[in-house]
Amino acid sequence: MSSATAPEAVRPEATPSAKPSTTGSSRRSEGRLWSAGSVGLALLMAVPVLVILGFVLVPAGDSWRHLAATVLPGYVANSLLLMLGVALGTLIGGVGTAWLTSMCQFPGRGLLEWALLLPMAMPAYIIAYTYTGMLDYAGPLQTALRALTGWGYGDYWMPEVRSLAGAAVMLSLVLYPYVYLLTRAAFLGQSICVLDVSRTLGSGPWQSFYRVALPLARPAIVAGLSLALMETLADYGTVKYFGVQTFTTGIFRTWYGLGDTAGAAQLSALLLGLVIVLVALEKGSRRHARYHHTSQRHQAIRRHRLHGWRAALALTFCALPVLLGFLIPAGQLGIWALTVAEEAYDARFLRLTLNSLGLAAAAALLALGLALLLGYAKRLHPSPAVLASVRLAGLGYALPGTVIAIGVIIPFAWLDNSIDAWMRATFGVSTGLLLSGTLAALLFAYLVRFLAVSLQTVEAGLGKIRPSTDDAARALGLRPAGVLWRVHVPLLRGTLLTAALLVFVDVLKELPATLILRPFNFNTLAVRAFELASDERLADSAPAALMIVGAGLIPVILLSRSITSSRHVQTP
Amino acid sequence: MSKRLEVEAVRIAYEGRTIVQETTFALDEGVIGCLLGPSGCGKTTLLRAIAGFEPITQGEIRLHGQRVSTPGWTLAPERRRVGMVFQDFALFPHLTVADNVGFGLRQLTSRERRDRVAALLRLVGMEQAKRRYPHELSGGMQQRVALARAMAPRPEILLLDEPFSSMDAALREQLAREVRDVLEREGVTALLVTHDQLEAFAMADRIGVLSQGEIQQWASAFELYHQPANRLVADFIGQGAFLPAEPVDAHSVMTELGRLSSASGHDLNPGTPAEALIRPDDLVDDPASQIRASVIERAFRGAEYLYRLRLPSGSEVLCLLPSHHQYAPGADIGLRLEAKHLVVFASRDRG
Repeated sequence: MSSATAPEAVRPEATPSAKPSTTGSSRRSEGRLWSAGSVGLALLMAVPVLVILGFVLVPAGDSWRHLAATVLPGYVANSLLLMLGVALGTLIGGVGTAWLTSMCQFPGRGLLEWALLLPMAMPAYIIAYTYTGMLDYAGPLQTALRALTGWGYGDYWMPEVRSLAGAAVMLSLVLYPYVYLLTRAAFLGQSICVLDVSRTLGSGPWQSFYRVALPLARPAIVAGLSLALMETLADYGTVKYFGVQTFTTGIFRTWYGLGDTAGAAQLSALLLGLVIVLVALEKGSRRHARYHHTSQRHQAIRRHRLHGWRAALALTFCALPVLLGFLIPAGQLGIWALTVAEEAYDARFLRLTLNSLGLAAAAALLALGLALLLGYAKRLHPSPAVLASVRLAGLGYALPGTVIAIGVIIPFAWLDNSIDAWMRATFGVSTGLLLSGTLAALLFAYLVRFLAVSLQTVEAGLGKIRPSTDDAARALGLRPAGVLWRVHVPLLRGTLLTAALLVFVDVLKELPATLILRPFNFNTLAVRAFELASDERLADSAPAALMIVGAGLIPVILLSRSITSSRHVQTP
Repeated sequence: MSKRLEVEAVRIAYEGRTIVQETTFALDEGVIGCLLGPSGCGKTTLLRAIAGFEPITQGEIRLHGQRVSTPGWTLAPERRRVGMVFQDFALFPHLTVADNVGFGLRQLTSRERRDRVAALLRLVGMEQAKRRYPHELSGGMQQRVALARAMAPRPEILLLDEPFSSMDAALREQLAREVRDVLEREGVTALLVTHDQLEAFAMADRIGVLSQGEIQQWASAFELYHQPANRLVADFIGQGAFLPAEPVDAHSVMTELGRLSSASGHDLNPGTPAEALIRPDDLVDDPASQIRASVIERAFRGAEYLYRLRLPSGSEVLCLLPSHHQYAPGADIGLRLEAKHLVVFASRDRG
């Protein structure tokens, strides 16, 4: 018995095993360190939100009055209309496909069950300009149409993709999987007995769907819908490309075009208000869903077998989102990428790729580290302060990249100016901009935005490790940090990889915050693809876009694997 | 009395695997029937076929004389007018108690519906809970709501799938009697499925013992216990042991414990090797008796002890004796046969 381990090994009986904490002076101080650290980190992560919210208190200046009188009503109307359109599109697509794939049996169902997730890999701005190219006057569709009919220019009517309705369709095509995923889980979680009861009480299959299954799944549907709408509000690339004036494009214009910090921040605060409503909606729905558990005894679903034209209809309905949301645009990108293959992959492309990968990897590792610290601090010391700070740190996932960028740039500029002023006053040296316009600012913004992704994954993983494991390690003489490093990290290797991958891919796809915060002359794949597309060089943008879509497939594969492994359904 | 439910030569198979063998039985109006059997015997499948959830492979199901299932054709559940109470009650969690009960009453006016819901909630003693949600109710309360909901549309027949299995053992029999009261008061024809014989005895007028996908016997509880049709039924219902027996005449057989006889007799030829069922209550202790047995073990049952005894031949029997007649393990007991029933099967009938 070594004397060094003795104080660690002593545990009074009264300490509940669920939270290994608080006894012995050395341990208490270490516990405090973890708590203080997590609270500090969380506060740092909350800075951008607090800055934006702070601008609500700043009295509205001339610029705000000007905004409110001129463009603001348009932003509000367009944003709301866009949300309405996306809500309709994702509801029909998401709920319909979820119902068909979970309750019916038809050819191709098993494949479609996970293929329906594929559009998640497609960033909205990429699908938007891909369709613009395809539906163009010179694009494949119209060319074929003219060749087939002999019509000329102006002889026929073609819907305009670059419109608000077009943006709603594009966003719906890539956002319906949120509704699909959550609704599907809700349908599968319903005891089939509830539907059977409804049948014996005189309701047919469709009536049972409307009267029982749908109301029961409503919390899940609302949760999925809120996520899709948050993404809609956060979207910048699509609406910008289509020339639809919304909050995000408004913030960009106010910031860059008018150079108006306060105006941009106040627009951001308004947008933040909308987001908060959606977050509340989502959280409330999830809470409500607990009461909608139908039973503990689970009778496996027996899928209703469809035949003939019904099967064909179901197949078409479920295949359409996959085709339109992934296969067709990805195929078009592939064709474009081939046409420019000779000159596209030069040193410049390599540089872009390395920039993107390096940035994404750095953000992923940092986010992973922070998530481990916060998650473990919560496990070690679940005090109200720590719990609140962990929640605060996870808030960023709901914030549009534009809002975060504005929230980052304002305090960084203030810090730079203060340091510069102090240095000049004291030493007569000008330091200029130390942080603004550097990769540090960009990485910080990524962390604020995507920390929640890794935090959620890490917390779920830690939750599966029994508290007695910690106790055993502590009893064998490990300090808390040692337990984390020698027990939890090895146990969670797979989970940690997943957490890092998810952040990696999200960073790779991120557009608006990167656009605002990137250092001068620093480009990423996403930014370059968007710039080229904005210059109508669609084919040139395809290689970068394909890289992003390819990376986006990683989380889809991870998700679909967890879907197939959790199946407990039988078919007659 | 007219037949409410007729199950005629029904066989149910999936992908070539037979779940229910050719089965025939019928329920008269107002009768409570029961399908009793171990899990996996096909009883729930048969019940679901009657409700219209499972297609049948062979035979025919009729409700009130009307054909509802034939091979290749199944009338949809919602058009059969059957009520069903599920194992987990399957209450709609998004509706109040009153709305749950009123779910199947859409064709009524709102006034009629309110009256009917009120009447049923009164019947099951749940009037005060009508505005509450299922997750606020205890298991027993949920069960009563499920029963009221299934009975509300006045179904042709009420089907109950293991309705008490999620209850405390102590509550089960009491609830079963309560439910029986309610059904009797409303004159409901019902079919219950369970693996618990006490539940079946408490609820049902007629019981079908289902084993290996086949109805072994369709009879009253008393008959099942005292005149089991075969060894499967005898083994499943109640306790007891089989002793080698030899037919003496048309009314009696000879066993190691003495002569067993009954008025109804048996149809075995003299000399056929046979086995007779000895129930624990067929034996009494009698110090003066020539027949001796030694106590292997005993289990305290309150008013009685259940003894396991070894006979001189090595065979074992069970015996129920009052608590105040105590014998320690290893003790020697004198036994006397006091049976009024004769249950005997030819030896090859075994299994």
